[in-house]
Amino acid sequence: MAASRRAARYALLTLVAWLAGCTTNERIILLPEPNGGPTSLAVRQGAREVLLDRPYAAAELTLADPWRYDATPDEVRRAFGDTLAAQPERPAHFTLYFIEGSDDLTEDSKQTLERMFADLDKRAVRDVVIVGHTDTVGSDPFNDALAKKRADTVATMLAARGVDPKDIVAIGRGRRELLIATPPGIAEPRNRRVEIVVR
Amino acid sequence: MLRSMLALLLALGTSAALGADIGQIKVAKGTVTIERAGASLPAAIGTHLQASDVVTTGGDGSVGITMTDNSLLSAGPNSVLALDRYDYDEVTSTGRFDASLRKGTLAVVSGRLAQQSPDAMTVRTPSAVLGVRGTEFVVSVGDGR
Repeated sequence: MAASRRAARYALLTLVAWLAGCTTNERIILLPEPNGGPTSLAVRQGAREVLLDRPYAAAELTLADPWRYDATPDEVRRAFGDTLAAQPERPAHFTLYFIEGSDDLTEDSKQTLERMFADLDKRAVRDVVIVGHTDTVGSDPFNDALAKKRADTVATMLAARGVDPKDIVAIGRGRRELLIATPPGIAEPRNRRVEIVVR
Repeated sequence: MLRSMLALLLALGTSAALGADIGQIKVAKGTVTIERAGASLPAAIGTHLQASDVVTTGGDGSVGITMTDNSLLSAGPNSVLALDRYDYDEVTSTGRFDASLRKGTLAVVSGRLAQQSPDAMTVRTPSAVLGVRGTEFVVSVGDGR
């Protein structure tokens, strides 16, 4: 009786070891953050979970368990070279500032605009999101209209630069999302802005 | 009554979301196709994507996609990548993104959804679910390389 139980347990252990050795041919590798910041990825297989929490931490999925190992930059290059080469250009963020109550750019922002144009020119296919903001001087309706007008002004400049208008989204959020929190009626240059994501 | 109104609202919400632009193909090499609602469409640079699209690359193919939350997905040759679910609220940066790699290779840089909430983005493989907390990783399924 005890012998057959032992045999059964042995058979079970052998099965588990065999399953653990069977790879599913699935692999996950965490990469470093470009700015060196913290990063992590939770890999859940059924009820089991492993946390990959440093660059090149990797998991190979077996039929039983995720098997944790350390990958190398060389392994990533060999197995994922084509895949990483197809990554799109990273989105770029720009902020333009405006003269009080107007949709005229400040002098500094005219330089930012040139940098944004240069970034656009290196992208094969572009789409742009433009969000206009105001400071807290004036009413909500006034600021909503002004924020939208600022966003539209930038949209017009981008369209003139050759960006297809259907790939431009321009919206205004008025004084609802202040960069610098102020009471109502405060002229704050840093709040009079348009935030642009170029993708 | 309340329940049927809720069901109607949900149905309206879903149909409004259908066909919404969720991302754009920025890089395409070799054979790349999109399976959408039973049809197979050729995918070129500039093509806009919708939720439930399945993007497939041939032996000579690779593809790079930028989503509206700024996440980047790229797939190597012989890959099948499904964009199973995508809801993104531009104003609050909240929502949900579930993608799955059925075979091949995938590189991910997560965007605003994963940044806003660690549960907002998952990538599935045939055997596992990846909860995206950090931003950059690669996945391979099968012998696609």
